[in-house]
Amino acid sequence: MEKAIRKSVKKPKEKTNWVLTIILILGTFTVFFPLYMAINIAFKQPSEMTNSIEGALGLPSSINFSNFAEAMRVTDFWHSLGNSLFITLATIALALVVYSLAGYVLGRTIAKHKGFKWVYLYLISGMFVPFAILMMPLVKETAMLHLGNQFGVILLYLVFYMPMNVMLYAGYMKNIPTVIEEASEVDGASTWTTFWRVIFPMMKPMHATVAVLTALGTWNDVMTPLVIMSGTGINTLPIAQLNFQTQFGTNYNLAFASYIMSLIPILLFYIICQKQIISGVANGAVKG
Amino acid sequence: MKKKRKMSKKQKTYLFIIIPVVLLFFMFNTWPMLNGFFYSFTNYKGYGSYEMVGFQNYIDLFSDTRVLKSYLFTFKYAICGTILVNVLSLLMALALNAKIRCKSALRGIYFVPNILGGLIIGYIFSYIFTYIIPAIGQTWNIEWLQNSILSSPAYAWIGVLIVGVWQAVAMTTIIYISGLQTVPGDVYEASRIDGSSKWTEFWKITFPLIIPFVSINLVLTTKNFMMVFDQILSLTGGGPAQSTDSISYLIYNNGLDGGQFGFQSANAFIFFLVIVIFSIVQQNITSKKEEQL
Repeated sequence: MEKAIRKSVKKPKEKTNWVLTIILILGTFTVFFPLYMAINIAFKQPSEMTNSIEGALGLPSSINFSNFAEAMRVTDFWHSLGNSLFITLATIALALVVYSLAGYVLGRTIAKHKGFKWVYLYLISGMFVPFAILMMPLVKETAMLHLGNQFGVILLYLVFYMPMNVMLYAGYMKNIPTVIEEASEVDGASTWTTFWRVIFPMMKPMHATVAVLTALGTWNDVMTPLVIMSGTGINTLPIAQLNFQTQFGTNYNLAFASYIMSLIPILLFYIICQKQIISGVANGAVKG
Repeated sequence: MKKKRKMSKKQKTYLFIIIPVVLLFFMFNTWPMLNGFFYSFTNYKGYGSYEMVGFQNYIDLFSDTRVLKSYLFTFKYAICGTILVNVLSLLMALALNAKIRCKSALRGIYFVPNILGGLIIGYIFSYIFTYIIPAIGQTWNIEWLQNSILSSPAYAWIGVLIVGVWQAVAMTTIIYISGLQTVPGDVYEASRIDGSSKWTEFWKITFPLIIPFVSINLVLTTKNFMMVFDQILSLTGGGPAQSTDSISYLIYNNGLDGGQFGFQSANAFIFFLVIVIFSIVQQNITSKKEEQL
């Protein structure tokens, strides 16, 4: 059979593996099924939910968005979305500036200066520190510093993702020859201007990786806002779902409408920047 | 001489940049860690007054059944998860890297679980485990499917494992794909001329060449599975009968709400040591393997 296919296709180097293609297409069921089910239930009314399979998986009798409207009201959706967006975007902006600066300095100095080498190792060592060990003291610390809010969460993210990302930037500096800076400095530019005018733009591929990693990490994170902002009434999208679950846990139609809404922003982001996201994630893991 | 002055000016800029960064890192990473270490020697509840108790918390840790159970669960979960995720991902990566149609669309679809948050995924799967699978069991009269896996103390961890694996495979697969792409095509042509089978080709050629990626993935997945939190929070809350209490979840639950701030600080510190030792061992194995190449 294989031979027959090979003969029938004239010249391509390798035959298309149709069996594998079909298996893989069928396999996407495992990805789509939970999402299909969630969307489906989000559109149904509680009266349509029965304990049989048809009750759970059959299509809703009519398409209406009342569950979504109600869920938006109950979870204070726009506020949570705003907080999530603010935290994520601010963290990304700060991350790009702070990590690239630190990565630049360390990338240029660790080979020559012992002091900077120690600084580098010190920052990198943070990779081994699980959030669990910092969690309880951080709750006290942020409360004391009046940082039990979005700003505290942003600062904490900036610190948590620092080891990995500074390492990525410092490693990337090897790709940028020192001659480029020297040329700019001969022209009389300061180190500072040289960084912003010359180095920072050249780090673009790394910026994409760091931005993607930071975005996925912060957007979906539950633990940090949960412990740092608990009791303040400030919600991010995941925290809003958690509160919703504890308050209205039995109304699955509302709950799923709410889940779907909180998945939509990140799905949109993924559909638009799919290539950058996949390559960013792979880059980060392989180089880190 | 002029050059020397310029160097020192550059150095000043470097220090001006790096000092605030180090201070920030110290303030929100090292300082809370030292603080936690200090509290681990006290009987602090999280509020009120406290006393120094020496190593009592550490001694108690080893006789506390809930803590021991959480370590057992976490290790069991991490080991099974790491093996499953890596085997599945490697298969997926081989398939997605083969000569197939709709390659980029398929890769894109299989990556979706990675971008969705663990909490919401947990809620969705919780519904599947509690309602849909038992409904299927009833319709087709399959007895062992009729009760929710999440309510069984013996098997709830498998439910958590399924969700963890579902999400982790996406990321691990992408890393394996980028590993497979580093293998030059002509290596295969040579082996095909020799007439070796796909199976030997994989073990003799592909696998040795992607070993660095295998070790990256082993480190990443083990670490992520050891720190499992979101899925526990949304699927089981540590239950039933504390059978799915992960270490992170226990520290969060009892340390912040259960009045065990001091005791759970000691637990957190031991957990930290476990992670460090594990990372060092992994790194040593990795560097040895890479030398062999």
